[in-house]
Amino acid sequence: MAERCAVIGVGQTHHKAKRDDVSIAGMVREAAKMALADADLTWSDIDAVVIGKAPDMFEGNMMPELYLAPALGAVGKPMIRVHTAGSVGGSTALVAAHLVKSGRHKRVLTVAYEKQSDSDAMWALSVPQPFAAPLLAGAGGYFAPVIRAYMRRAGAPDHIGRMVAVKDRLNALRNPYAHLHLPDIDMAMVEESIMLWEPLRYLESCPSSDGAAAMVLAAEDAISGSNPPAWIHGTAMRSEPTIFAGRDQVNPRAGRECAADVYAQAGITNPREQFDCAEVYVPFSWYEPMWLENLGFCEQGDGWKLTESGATAFDGDIPWNCSGGVLSSNPIGASGMLRFLEVAMQVRGQAGEHQVDGAKLALGQAYGGGAQFFSMWVVGSEKP
Amino acid sequence: MTDATTAGADVGPVTTLATPISLDFDFTPGVAQSRFLKALATGTFVGQRCPVCTKVYVPSRGTCPTDGVATTEEVVLSNSGTVTTFCVVNVPFAGQSIEIPYICAQILLDGANVSFMGLIQEIPTDQIRMGLRVEAVWVDDADLTPSLASIKYFRPNGETDAPYESYEEYL
Repeated sequence: MAERCAVIGVGQTHHKAKRDDVSIAGMVREAAKMALADADLTWSDIDAVVIGKAPDMFEGNMMPELYLAPALGAVGKPMIRVHTAGSVGGSTALVAAHLVKSGRHKRVLTVAYEKQSDSDAMWALSVPQPFAAPLLAGAGGYFAPVIRAYMRRAGAPDHIGRMVAVKDRLNALRNPYAHLHLPDIDMAMVEESIMLWEPLRYLESCPSSDGAAAMVLAAEDAISGSNPPAWIHGTAMRSEPTIFAGRDQVNPRAGRECAADVYAQAGITNPREQFDCAEVYVPFSWYEPMWLENLGFCEQGDGWKLTESGATAFDGDIPWNCSGGVLSSNPIGASGMLRFLEVAMQVRGQAGEHQVDGAKLALGQAYGGGAQFFSMWVVGSEKP
Repeated sequence: MTDATTAGADVGPVTTLATPISLDFDFTPGVAQSRFLKALATGTFVGQRCPVCTKVYVPSRGTCPTDGVATTEEVVLSNSGTVTTFCVVNVPFAGQSIEIPYICAQILLDGANVSFMGLIQEIPTDQIRMGLRVEAVWVDDADLTPSLASIKYFRPNGETDAPYESYEEYL
């Protein structure tokens, strides 16, 4: 029988295009200190640190966890680095949770970050390789053809992507930590923005952000702090190869199986009905309807109809990305952890203006790479 | 920016430093990819068939990702294929070698069971579509090398578009 584990502290930076006032070490420490304060703990109370970020080539710092250990109070303590591309913030939180659930540690600090202003992610994702044509233009160039395939398969009309782009930016206006605050956002503004990777426009894509996220996870007998804990009801990770014959890139099997696993642990049979909200990794607008289907919130082919109906809006029956999501803040390595952190804030009732009234049970999801890495957790206000 | 001759002037603290970055690496393609690359030097596509699921991979990494067995049977593939999906790239980035806008397409060669990414030219960007039939255009014989640089691009081959059902499972 695994130990119960809960989120007892959360911290994040104000995500922005360029944090030129701090180094990477200063930035991760800022989020970590906030999480410790939330849990009413100090550095010495932490047993181990689990850290994640997107590929090292982004900033050009190889194995940055080594030099970040002092900034995170990890000297002389176990420190683990996690690598799963864009989903890494989620997987990092899961590794931390497993260290507690297994009984190995009582309190674990988990941190994820990206300092995109120190890096060139487009370059790092588009390095010429001898066995592939030099065509890939960043993540958008990779995912735009998959989005086109979804639109064709589901018969989805063009405006759905723009609706998601507007909805998530409106939500971001409620979140003081979000990078993008666009008070005038509307369908016309999205439509008038430049086409980057047809069919994806500039405002249907995530920004490049500097930022960090941190959480303190604790065992049941080590709960502290004045905010209520967010209990972890399920954790799951899956991956699949980027290329194999018959791979369904629009609706990846690894994502479906990851959801089935985490739902079984948390007793979820009807996600739309049972969850009060969800934070799902949507870096390009169309991934909302695609993941609605992949995560079983509706039947295949109906994701865009759910988005169009307003069900996923802040005042809908199943709000998605009340924080503004990845479309509003994208410190890549931290983006997955922010999904997990935001749902913890929701069930703890500490989400401020983007709080969903009475949220009790919520899903956090992150994906990464060529949609081949998935990580998910379910958190609730009640003990599992 | 401060001129070096003003050394001693109050230039304030150095907070950031932009430096050029480069990455050179040696690539060892291994047996399976060597076959694919050597075939490119003769202006042909060579894939490999999995002995268990019979799917044809191009380029092959030498094993079937689904069955975990070595792929040894070589299959010479057609010079033509179908555009399964695509995007039009209109974003500039460091290291880009092709003028924007350009069409980046997933191409399923006839006889293959996986698509790969290719550049489409000789068609306006607003006329590219799923199902378009295309063919590889190779560099002059004297310039052929064991690399994808041997393919200039793909272009429409004049055939009728492939029906959606014929490539639906490769999306």
